[in-house]
Amino acid sequence: MLNVSIYRYNPEVDQEPYMQDFQIDTQGKDIMVLDVLEKLKVEDPTLVFRRSCREGVCGSDGMNISGKNGLACVTPLSEAVKKNKLVIRPLPGLPVIRDLVIDMSQFYAQYEKIQPYMINNTPAPAIERLQSPEERAKLDGLYECILCACCSTACPSFWWNPDKFIGPSGLLQAYRFLADSRDTATEERLANLDDPFSVFRCHGIMNCVQVCPKGLNPTKAIGHIRNMLVRSAT
Amino acid sequence: MVTTVTSLGRSGLSDWLIQRVSAVVMTAYLIFIVGYLIATPDLTYTQWAALNSTLPMRMFSLLTILSIAAHAWIGMWCVLTDYITVRLIGPKATILRIIFQLGMMAVTLLYVVWAIDILWGI
Repeated sequence: MLNVSIYRYNPEVDQEPYMQDFQIDTQGKDIMVLDVLEKLKVEDPTLVFRRSCREGVCGSDGMNISGKNGLACVTPLSEAVKKNKLVIRPLPGLPVIRDLVIDMSQFYAQYEKIQPYMINNTPAPAIERLQSPEERAKLDGLYECILCACCSTACPSFWWNPDKFIGPSGLLQAYRFLADSRDTATEERLANLDDPFSVFRCHGIMNCVQVCPKGLNPTKAIGHIRNMLVRSAT
Repeated sequence: MVTTVTSLGRSGLSDWLIQRVSAVVMTAYLIFIVGYLIATPDLTYTQWAALNSTLPMRMFSLLTILSIAAHAWIGMWCVLTDYITVRLIGPKATILRIIFQLGMMAVTLLYVVWAIDILWGI
């Protein structure tokens, strides 16, 4: 039997959050953490968590699994269980709505700040704006982000200043548009980032890289943004 | 864009550059001083005073002190704006943070003046 300890909090009933222990028979199979949660939800329907695609594409089930942020649907028990115990908490740093569900408004507000869309006011060509294969290749490792918030909620700089520091996820997206050959707002985008908080609160501890379930590297993208700022402002 | 008025250079990029350059200066000074002490095992006060009263050495020391001051200002400012915030300790945080920031600036500037006094007083 696998011991599972889950963070529970229902603000309508509970004075404060607590950890609830469950036992579950996995029949020795290396199932995903999400499968465990689904089994437990059958036992206790009051357990609340977000999930959708169950294959690491939608980014809904980001949570703190045995101390490390990740997607429950693509984290097998063999990676998460330590000493026959699985500990599941909500992503740290953002307000908890109930059990494993967090309020991601702050995270989305930062995403909105970096204007995550193409800006190009030149007349549109007849068919499409073309890119060379080399220009397109610059977007690899950037566009794959699914906004699960595992990285930003693993970042102490984001914990302390979620209203001022864009966070690794937002900055990865910021660089995605800075690096895009079709975007013409590079200068404005850079000007919006040159303050002591937005980008420069990153101290390069690389928690984001360690937890990203898609294997992306926000620290590297932040380094590229810094280099672009240095080039344009010195 | 987040506006700040108590950070050293007002701009994130400027603070970041200053912190990197000042770190290089401090490292160079450390290597020089440690190298000098190793190369001069029987150091006397006269030799030490002679070294520190030359103009290039005074300049190097002053540059290092200014680097330490700038580096400390940027670093302490980061620490204060991380931990003394309304989010973490409530509404009194703003006034408390300003007091700490002003205190940090005063101490840093006083150390610089004191260091200049020592350097040119040898």
